[in-house]
Amino acid sequence: MSISLQEIVFYIVGACIVVSSVLAVTTGKILRAATYLLFVLFGTGAIYGVLGYTFLGAVQLMVYAGGIVVLYVFSILLTRSDKDMKYRQSRARLVAVLLTVTVGAALVLFLVFTNGFALNLIPQGVELPVERIGRALIGTGKYEFVLPFEAVGVLLLACMVGAILIARKESGKSKE
Amino acid sequence: MEIEIHVIHYLVISTVMMFCGIYGFFTRKNLLALLISVELMLNAVNVNFAVFNRYLFPDRLEGHFFSLFGIAVAAAETAVAIAIIINVYRNVKQVLTDDITDLKG
Amino acid sequence: MDYTILILALPALSFLLLALAGMKMSHRVAGIVGTLSLAAVTVLSYATACSYFTAGRMEDGLYPTLVPWNFEWLPFTPSLHIDMGILLDPISVLMLVVVSTVSLMVHIYSFGYMKGEKGFQRYYAFLSLFTFAMLGLVVATNIFQMYVFWELVGVSSYLLIGFYYTKPEAIAASKKAFIVTRFADLGFLIGILIYGYYMQTFTFTPSEERLMQAGMVLPWALGLMFVGGAGKSAMFPLHIWLPDAMEGPTPVSALIHAATMVVAGVYLVARMFPLYVDFAPHVLHAVAWVGAFTALYAASVACVQSDIKRVLAFSTISQIGFMMVALGVCTDADPHGGGLGYMAGMFHLFTHAMFKALLFLGAGCIIHAVHSNEMEMMGGLRRYMPVTHITFLVACLAIAGIPPFSGFFSKDEILTACFGFSPAMGWIMTAIAGMTAFYMFRLYYGIFWGKENRELHARHTPHESPLAMTFPLVFLALVTVGAGFIPFGRFVSANGHAYDIHLDWGVAGTSIVVALAAIALATWMYARDRQPVADMLAARFSRLHRAAYRRFYMDEAWLFVTKRVIFRCVSVPVAWFDRHVIDQFMNFLAWGTNAAGESLQPVQNGRIQAYTWWFLSGIIVLTAVLLLF
Repeated sequence: MSISLQEIVFYIVGACIVVSSVLAVTTGKILRAATYLLFVLFGTGAIYGVLGYTFLGAVQLMVYAGGIVVLYVFSILLTRSDKDMKYRQSRARLVAVLLTVTVGAALVLFLVFTNGFALNLIPQGVELPVERIGRALIGTGKYEFVLPFEAVGVLLLACMVGAILIARKESGKSKE
Repeated sequence: MEIEIHVIHYLVISTVMMFCGIYGFFTRKNLLALLISVELMLNAVNVNFAVFNRYLFPDRLEGHFFSLFGIAVAAAETAVAIAIIINVYRNVKQVLTDDITDLKG
Repeated sequence: MDYTILILALPALSFLLLALAGMKMSHRVAGIVGTLSLAAVTVLSYATACSYFTAGRMEDGLYPTLVPWNFEWLPFTPSLHIDMGILLDPISVLMLVVVSTVSLMVHIYSFGYMKGEKGFQRYYAFLSLFTFAMLGLVVATNIFQMYVFWELVGVSSYLLIGFYYTKPEAIAASKKAFIVTRFADLGFLIGILIYGYYMQTFTFTPSEERLMQAGMVLPWALGLMFVGGAGKSAMFPLHIWLPDAMEGPTPVSALIHAATMVVAGVYLVARMFPLYVDFAPHVLHAVAWVGAFTALYAASVACVQSDIKRVLAFSTISQIGFMMVALGVCTDADPHGGGLGYMAGMFHLFTHAMFKALLFLGAGCIIHAVHSNEMEMMGGLRRYMPVTHITFLVACLAIAGIPPFSGFFSKDEILTACFGFSPAMGWIMTAIAGMTAFYMFRLYYGIFWGKENRELHARHTPHESPLAMTFPLVFLALVTVGAGFIPFGRFVSANGHAYDIHLDWGVAGTSIVVALAAIALATWMYARDRQPVADMLAARFSRLHRAAYRRFYMDEAWLFVTKRVIFRCVSVPVAWFDRHVIDQFMNFLAWGTNAAGESLQPVQNGRIQAYTWWFLSGIIVLTAVLLLF
């Protein structure tokens, strides 16, 4: 039983993701949390790559790592949240949350393990060709996705307009 | 040659991500940290879509595209959410959840 | 005979017009609208009667039962449905004539009597409504239509009694009339429902098969219907509303509480007569005894009342008792056998409607002249009001049963029927007829002769009424004089075959002698300025006199029953139960909801994390549940 490069990469990345996720929600500084989130997103992109979805991985890196995290950092600095985040939690609440989370995680893992997934072999090194993605993205037939593509386009436009509208300074009302 | 990574391993990773996000969502008070937790959860879901697509239906692309669109939606959501948070900050000079209880009506 | 629908439609339209647009009209226009529509109805009724009775009998010697107009209103089952329609047979045609004639006279009379009253238009609207309801009642094709119009009659009577709605007595009287008759109508309704359930029809002629199957149920149903009829027709002990109903305007009393509505019960019994006589003879005889007792009771009360309208009211009750007795003593549908009473009762209904309306209208003229109901304020009025005097005298002679006035003929037939039933009943009724003559002439002498109240008359000289009021008097007096010679038995009889009225001179002679004796007694006692005999008798039997004056304490008895027995023993516990059990239960529900809301309220704290926490917990629990089961 030989261990391939992919496997090694996968397990390293997996460990990285797990550690980073935990740190992202436990660290006391929000800039660090954003950084750990960045690591998680990188890791996710790598997992997409391992799966053969290199295009998805590239999108992940560009949109998430390149765009969204930068947005986070900016807004953290803008709202001056860059300070200690160790707020006092009530013990009861913490217990309730931990209980819910552990029970939920246990339940999900139980499901995962007892479901009996048999397929563990995937074509190795077969990368999803970008041409196929492109054709599927703008095709109108079955299993082709031009309609969601257009819908997402409209959504992005709407959210752009909305974001600008919400965040801009109301010059007329600012004097109130 | 084929990779022999069991699908469960992916799922364990995504589960851990998911519940980290949930934990963070409940324990954090800063709205931006909350949003970071939400991103974690979304990411976990995207991973699951991709993994199931790859393992169960390697010939098709639904899961792949769902992930793709998920990323787009996450980007849109983040943009709007951050705009709202900035607006909240402008109004109450704080971005802590305990201060924002107007949902009570 | 398609035009008969107009008989119903015209008063209804005139009611709608007057009720909706009456306030825009002057008194004169409103009165003319109401009177003209009623005149048209009267003409149509007479035309109907003429063409119906001249069309002749069918081959079997009966007048046909026509249904010129009918529509199915509420179907329940194929055979059981409530219809609205017009039914013409001898008694309904007779009633059409009676109701429209009296109503028209009252309409004309009211022009003079109600002149200048506030609410003149409303008065005419209510008169139209009443006429519509009464006509609908008499032409009903089925018992349920009859019930519907029956209640409508009750409502319009309520409205008219309470016409002077600023007067507390009028309001109380209207309420009393409504409640008492409603109470009786409960029996009527139950009777109808039983009848409809077992006969599978609401028509007056159920199938033979059903009738045979019904057994003891039919007498019960008919008995309950009679309870309703007793309420409307003021039979003892449900008569208490009628004397109080005299609070309404006098023409209304003439129309409703003398001539038309109060005979609705008689009409009901006559309508169901074939069923009564064949299937419930015992009920019918009970009707006779109730009628006889009522007649006796009312006659004895009428002898001592001082309010002239009260006297007339009790005389009405007594005369309706006569009609009930006449119907009740029938033992067979053959007029030559035991069925004479049916014809006699309907005949008396007809003649009584005319002369009692005349009496009430005359009383109205008198009240109009002296502005009082009390006999003390009157006396010696014959000099001031000659027309009223003569017509009133005619009516008194008619009701007393003096030939050749109409009352003699009809009352004589009733007495003959009573003697045919049992001698005891015959003598009782003869005695009551004598009492009738006595109290009517006591009234007559008290008003027109006797000691004049000069002091009052000097201040306000009584005067004869205007033409609008005297014309109906004269007209009705002429009818009263002539009606006895109508060969009534040819038109209406128990089995439908022609019957020639022939006087039984033994009975007739007795009743004339008794009546003349009673009149003579009344003349001796009351026709003078001083009345020593009457005063002496009143002093001698003071307790009896007072009891009779207070109507033998029937009102007090009813008050006792309602207040002490029903209110205290039924209503108070029920009210307690309602207040403490049902209300408390409701309060508990409200309190529980409130408490639940209060306790759940902190959950809605506005914290997004708390909300999501609940949401997630719910998902986990649901998933766990699905996994486990």
